[in-house]
Amino acid sequence: EKTKEQISKRIEGLMASHSKIDESFWEELEEILIMADVGFEPSMKLIERLRDRVRKAGTDDPARFKEFLREELETIFKAPKRITAINPPEVVMMIGVNGVGKTTTIAKLAYRAQMQGRRVLIAAGDTFRAAAIEQLEIWAKRVGAGFYSKGAGADPAAVAFEAVDKAVSEGYDLLLLDTAGRLHTKINLMEELKKIQRVCGKKHPGSPHRSILVVDATTGQNALQQAKLFGEAVGVDEIILTKLDGTAKGGIVVAIALEHALPITFVGLGEKMEDLRPFNGKDFAQALLGT
Amino acid sequence: MFESLSDRLESVFKRFKGQGRLTEENIQEGLREVRLALLEADVNFKVVKQFVDRVREKALGQDVQGSLTPGQQVVKVVHDELVELLGGKTSAFDVKGSKPLTVMMVGLQGSGKTTSAGKLALYLRREHKMKPFLVPADVYRPAAIDQLTKLGAQIDVPVYPSSTDMNPVDICRDALQVAKDKGYDLVLFDTAGRLHIDERLMEELANIKAAVSPREILFVADAMTGQDAVNVAQSFDAKLEISGVVLTKMDGDARGGAALSIKSVTGKSVKFVGMGEKLSEMEVFHPDRIASRILGMGDVLTLIEKA
Ligand SMILES: Nc1nc2c(ncn2[C@@H]2O[C@H](COP(=O)(O)OP(=O)(O)OP(=O)(O)O)[C@@H](O)[C@H]2O)c(=O)[nH]1
Ligand SMILES: Nc1nc2c(ncn2[C@@H]2O[C@H](COP(=O)(O)OP(=O)(O)OP(=O)(O)O)[C@@H](O)[C@H]2O)c(=O)[nH]1
Ligand SMILES: [Mg+2]
Ligand SMILES: [Mg+2]
Repeated sequence: EKTKEQISKRIEGLMASHSKIDESFWEELEEILIMADVGFEPSMKLIERLRDRVRKAGTDDPARFKEFLREELETIFKAPKRITAINPPEVVMMIGVNGVGKTTTIAKLAYRAQMQGRRVLIAAGDTFRAAAIEQLEIWAKRVGAGFYSKGAGADPAAVAFEAVDKAVSEGYDLLLLDTAGRLHTKINLMEELKKIQRVCGKKHPGSPHRSILVVDATTGQNALQQAKLFGEAVGVDEIILTKLDGTAKGGIVVAIALEHALPITFVGLGEKMEDLRPFNGKDFAQALLGT
Repeated sequence: MFESLSDRLESVFKRFKGQGRLTEENIQEGLREVRLALLEADVNFKVVKQFVDRVREKALGQDVQGSLTPGQQVVKVVHDELVELLGGKTSAFDVKGSKPLTVMMVGLQGSGKTTSAGKLALYLRREHKMKPFLVPADVYRPAAIDQLTKLGAQIDVPVYPSSTDMNPVDICRDALQVAKDKGYDLVLFDTAGRLHIDERLMEELANIKAAVSPREILFVADAMTGQDAVNVAQSFDAKLEISGVVLTKMDGDARGGAALSIKSVTGKSVKFVGMGEKLSEMEVFHPDRIASRILGMGDVLTLIEKA
């Protein structure tokens, strides 16, 4: 909370300490944005757009600045969620680098879907990391979702293929496919993801319907590379930002939205299955402002 | 990923060709590039400011050495300064001293504590013939105990049989006794990931520390961490007085600027670097390697070293 308060105070301070929006105001804003992990270049881009807004509004009153920032972020985050007609079951693939929160987020999404009355199957596509399957199985039990595993060391693509088969034949509404954490620079592992994606489509045309890239809010500039390379390998349809309950601001999603026009759909706010909230650009702007 | 700092500096300094001395005037633009490179490497904004000031001071008035261009000269100053800041006397552990050597792993969720505990067990057994004992003290995350138990089995290292109904402090205290009884000379305590602002869980770590007085408390940090690294490291250090840092996931393309941020605010050096998911994939920290990495350069350095 300290940092959030600090940033809030800083933005308040920024507005209070400047009688008008001038060069030093922009400079201070740049610092605030960089400290929130928005990144240097993206901060410059954002500031350029904000300058534009301020110019168009014909005001230099710092009191109105919050409104401009909120509007601008809303625009940046307006990437439309791709909606496709889905022939059930819907298949969703969770991807991302190591330790960001893929498995936990699957539990959260399953919990949410079940609350909405959907029947959910969870598949253990991480057959590599020690006890990844056991971790997911505990979550599936807690949530009350179906669970499919082929055991440690199994070919993840075979897991995916059979899980899709099971989801189809047993009439599930949603299949959430966990995958092992992998760094986007590892070519073999990225090839493996492509293969998983391919076999899903073979078994159930049109699937996987979505690939969700999980991004940890504490991540810095590297998340841009993650979005780029996961996108090039399997296509990223949306982003879920985890660990926003910490003090990191998650500003890197501003950069990702600017550069890749990807929608951010949910944010993770804790380690429990209830700790998931739909992302909303306005709220995020508020949080960035700390109000 | 990014244009290397050396390339950028080269183009900046092209205009100043033939000038034999670094001056306030010709260095200004170069320093801007240095600042940018550090920010792109996720070094904390405030740390960057201090760093650039130091570099300016050091570089000003320097004669450009024989075969170097002014650009290379600045790179050299920046690099040397980085190495010095990242370095420090304590690198790996002092494995002598009283036995058992006790090591506690702490850090944010998902940073790599459990994996690094397994890596350290393997490394210290291999390098120093130690007899390690792994202690799972994460009773919260689903299958966390199972994870360390499986890692222990992979490398044939015994693991304390914790269970989720036990209290982490009791686990650690009892495990230490078991280690002493059985003659293990290295005990690695794997704690649950937690946020530095979670007072209850931070207090739990302080209680574990009080119960087992670990000789090393390693703060495990993800190399991809951004600007918040300073807040997190500072909080863990304030509560526990950490003894060093393990920087994980350096096998990717993260620049790892967090290493400099953490060192700057806590004074604690990186001791080990995680280079993969396998338990053999860990290296002892080399300040010069990370320095080059933060600056995004490879070959140019060797070129400069020869000069
Ligand atoms: N505070 C907080 N912790 C989270 C959140 N999401 C996940 N975690 C924690 O982050 C750690 C890693 O989560 P996992 O779900 O195992 O991450 P993963 O991406 O599946 O990890 P790998 O499969 O090893 O790559 C666990 O300790 C989780 O409890 C969140 O929103 N907030
Ligand atoms: N590529 C790579 N992955 C790593 C490295 N170290 C750990 N990991 C992976 O990062 C993820 C998280 O590692 P863990 O050891 O479970 O992390 P942790 O800090 O114990 O996580 P929690 O207990 O949930 O807080 C796993 O997928 C590990 O395989 C590393 O050096 N390189
Ligand atoms: Mg996982
Ligand atoms: Mg762990």
